[in-house]
Amino acid sequence: MNDKVYKALLLLTALFMPVICGGVVYALVTDAYDAFEHFGFFRFLTSSEWSYTQGAEKYGALPFITGTLMTTLLALIFCIPFSLPVALFVGEYFKGTRLAAVLGTVTDLLAGIPSIIYGLWGFYTLRPIIMALDISPQGSGVLTASLVLAIMIVPYAASLSAEFIKMVPNDLKEGAYSLGATRAEVVKSVIFPVAGSGIFSSYVLAIGRALGETMTVTMLIGNTNNIPDSITSTGNSMASIIANQFGEADDLRLSSLIAIGLVLFMITAVINMAGKMMIKRARI
Amino acid sequence: MKKILGSLMVLAMVFAMVSCGGNSSNGGREAQELSGAGATFPLPFYNVVFEQFAQVNGDAVAYGGIGSGGGVRNMRDKIVDFAGSDAYLSDKEMANMDPVIHIPTCMGAVVLAYNLDGVANLNLSGEVIAEIFAGEIKMWNDSRLVELNPGVNLPAEEIIPVFRSEGSGTTFVFTDYLSKVSGMWASKFGTGKSVNFPAGQAAKGNPGVAGVISQTRNSIGYLGSEYAFAQKIPYAKLRNANGEMVEPTAASISAAASGEIPADTRTSIVNSTAPGAYPIATFTWMIIYKEQNYSNRSREQAVATLDMLGYILSDDAQSITSQVHYAPLPHKAKELSLNNLKSVTYNGEAILQ
Repeated sequence: MNDKVYKALLLLTALFMPVICGGVVYALVTDAYDAFEHFGFFRFLTSSEWSYTQGAEKYGALPFITGTLMTTLLALIFCIPFSLPVALFVGEYFKGTRLAAVLGTVTDLLAGIPSIIYGLWGFYTLRPIIMALDISPQGSGVLTASLVLAIMIVPYAASLSAEFIKMVPNDLKEGAYSLGATRAEVVKSVIFPVAGSGIFSSYVLAIGRALGETMTVTMLIGNTNNIPDSITSTGNSMASIIANQFGEADDLRLSSLIAIGLVLFMITAVINMAGKMMIKRARI
Repeated sequence: MKKILGSLMVLAMVFAMVSCGGNSSNGGREAQELSGAGATFPLPFYNVVFEQFAQVNGDAVAYGGIGSGGGVRNMRDKIVDFAGSDAYLSDKEMANMDPVIHIPTCMGAVVLAYNLDGVANLNLSGEVIAEIFAGEIKMWNDSRLVELNPGVNLPAEEIIPVFRSEGSGTTFVFTDYLSKVSGMWASKFGTGKSVNFPAGQAAKGNPGVAGVISQTRNSIGYLGSEYAFAQKIPYAKLRNANGEMVEPTAASISAAASGEIPADTRTSIVNSTAPGAYPIATFTWMIIYKEQNYSNRSREQAVATLDMLGYILSDDAQSITSQVHYAPLPHKAKELSLNNLKSVTYNGEAILQ
């Protein structure tokens, strides 16, 4: 009897999450409907105009989709050379040692730093460096935002990759060693092929995190409503345009911002699902 | 640890009670908590005024500097007691909401703050500012800038215009001025709380713009004057409609408002023709509903709102303006506002007799 009550309770709470998720999608779709109806779904996605002129308002999401994809892709590229060595260090070379435990914990700590702190650091430390190096005159831009984003997603990519690297069976590695392989060769020909899809999926999940990051990007990307023409120019991401303009938007502009939110939600959902599927396939 | 926290809380409560009790000027009603939101431009002034108001009247006022656009939106959603705005509502905006009144609280200047190594004095004219923000003048050593600044060593560097990323009354005042002095600006960009600036970068709020300018060499941006003063960012002298080069001071801002003021106080005073007037001056307003019974507000809250506005119009509060680099309201504006306050009702009955 008790067991039945317990089961029912569990079911109820478990159903709660899909209901909330469905509610979010429902709210986004109904509120974004105006914008899609007014501009057309594909025109909204492909138009680069964002003009407030009363009576002739034109809103298109392309600059922000581009901004988001550019910052995310760059962040991913910058993040690999930092996260992969950490993962190998913790998961293979110094597996189980005190040093690895310390390094792993410190990396995980990075994940707990609030994004506003990253933003401040980027604004007051990284931005002046970018200006001093003459990379871009105004310091803010896609590049600055991506660099800080890269640091933010390192812990996500590194810890998960390290887990997959640890899971590579010892007999496989020992087999390779007994054939005379060096450690580097083992990493290259045993660990990467075996843990590869797991490592890949951990990067996919890290991308999911970078896509929606708002505060840091808003502080560093320069907040201009244009398609960035180079990696050093300013722009706006989907999350940052919403953060910037949500407060005072109404009618069509509000609907357009929510539509951007919906698109961001869809992109993030697809990427996360892809990551999950990869992890499933990666069972060693 | 818990003990310390506990005693701190008790201490805080004692302070709160002391500051609530022991005052008589609120006519014996219970102390109220008022909330407002909007313009960041007058925020430094409001911070001081609200603190003093809490001392003399006991009512606490919480004000969120979210930008004029956001303040007006909160007002329309009826979730605040008052909105702060540097842009008066257009006829169209007013038609879309219940009747409101505008109460000017002080006057201020929008300054052109810049970050240029070794340049302590910079002269600008309206046309040149318009060209800079339109992206037409790209370099600091452009001939049009050199002409205005003889003898100043302007660097051969790219100009980085800085503007607001969200809807802003400061932007409204600034673009209102540019539209009046530059036909190119009026036709290409126009006046508004948000405008599509083609060049440079944007930041949120007056504090955000101030931060970016002070951190970015060769940048220039428009700011509420207090933000430039507080962060010691240099700002330019502007050529007014009489051809004088004017610095923003309490006197030059006041001079801008020496003309006629309409009964509802909704007026723009940019590009004033008065002698000695600073060209980008503005009133900043608080906006309240004429009928104060909305969203379950009590009559006492309505009375407290009017008390607060009455206090801001008083000489006590107005004398604070110049300390924080704004300018006091002209006599005429105060008179009109005190009159307008009398039209405010609760359930249809006038609150002030």
